[in-house]
Amino acid sequence: MSSSDESRHEEQASRAHSEPPPAKRAQPAGHHAEPHGDMFYVQIWALLVVLLVVSVVGPMLGHPVITLVTAFGIALVKAYLVTKHFMHLAVERRYVVYLLVTMVAMMVLFFAGTAPDVMKHKGFNWKNEAAEQEVKRALDAIKHNPHKAH
Amino acid sequence: MSKPIATTRSATGIPTGRLAVWWVIASEIVIFGGLLASYIMHRLGHPEFGDYASHTNTWIGAFNTLVLLSSSLSAVLAHQAAERKDGERAAKLLGLTMLGGLTFAGVKAAEWTMEISSGFTLTTNAFWSFYYTAAGLHALHVIGGVVIMGFVARDAAQGKELQRVELIGNYWHFVDVVWIFLFPLLYIAK
Repeated sequence: MSSSDESRHEEQASRAHSEPPPAKRAQPAGHHAEPHGDMFYVQIWALLVVLLVVSVVGPMLGHPVITLVTAFGIALVKAYLVTKHFMHLAVERRYVVYLLVTMVAMMVLFFAGTAPDVMKHKGFNWKNEAAEQEVKRALDAIKHNPHKAH
Repeated sequence: MSKPIATTRSATGIPTGRLAVWWVIASEIVIFGGLLASYIMHRLGHPEFGDYASHTNTWIGAFNTLVLLSSSLSAVLAHQAAERKDGERAAKLLGLTMLGGLTFAGVKAAEWTMEISSGFTLTTNAFWSFYYTAAGLHALHVIGGVVIMGFVARDAAQGKELQRVELIGNYWHFVDVVWIFLFPLLYIAK
């Protein structure tokens, strides 16, 4: 098979296998993209830019809860918009969603398993003296020389 | 040149090329996810990180976020053009995306020069180690994406291998998503 034949074959395979469910399909069979024109993606981009502005301005208010919501809550929303619309996860096979969610779950598992040892510096029968000393040293250094690299 | 037979079959119902990119992205989630999870637990366990982070420039980070978001827009529009079999337009839009990637890398290089000149290096403390490792690994992905995109755009301009426009686009959007999380962690949580 020539390269161009194979290219066509792969493209045909793409068309045959990537059809969104009938309810979502409004374009020629196999079009692996949401049924939107270019303007739709420009609107999503504009929304992302507005969210970016909010995520920069929000934390300037100095309130921890507002910082948490505007910086990290909005990061989640932005990531959702990019994956759903730009990466077309909304019309991708469920297999891919499960794959990605599994990887994120592994990340959460890693965090849950190791975070207590890192975030806490002492427990019932243990103490991380090195970490405690480092925090004390660093905070002292910042207090005495706030503009240095430490 | 003939292609391996694996490129012409699909066991999952997803074309092999696209499936491969999804698996690349899945493995990248674990790589960046592990790094970010480590950073978050250190940030929460070490109050001094807040002061260290105050030396990063929020406006530079925000500008680079805008650049990456915009380059993602041109990447998805390139995919749209490829779906319409308009290889020439797809190549032009990929060129715009590459320009975004190069701008990002250039701004990052200037930013690092300023930070290193101010005495903040990889070995200054744990925060800066995380900062340079995470942002550096991300920047390498940006540079790698730009190089691969150049090859895809060259073929697309000739109307060849148009399905690859979506594949490099998906990779690029993932790089964008990683930065969406790096930005608040390194530039806003002070």
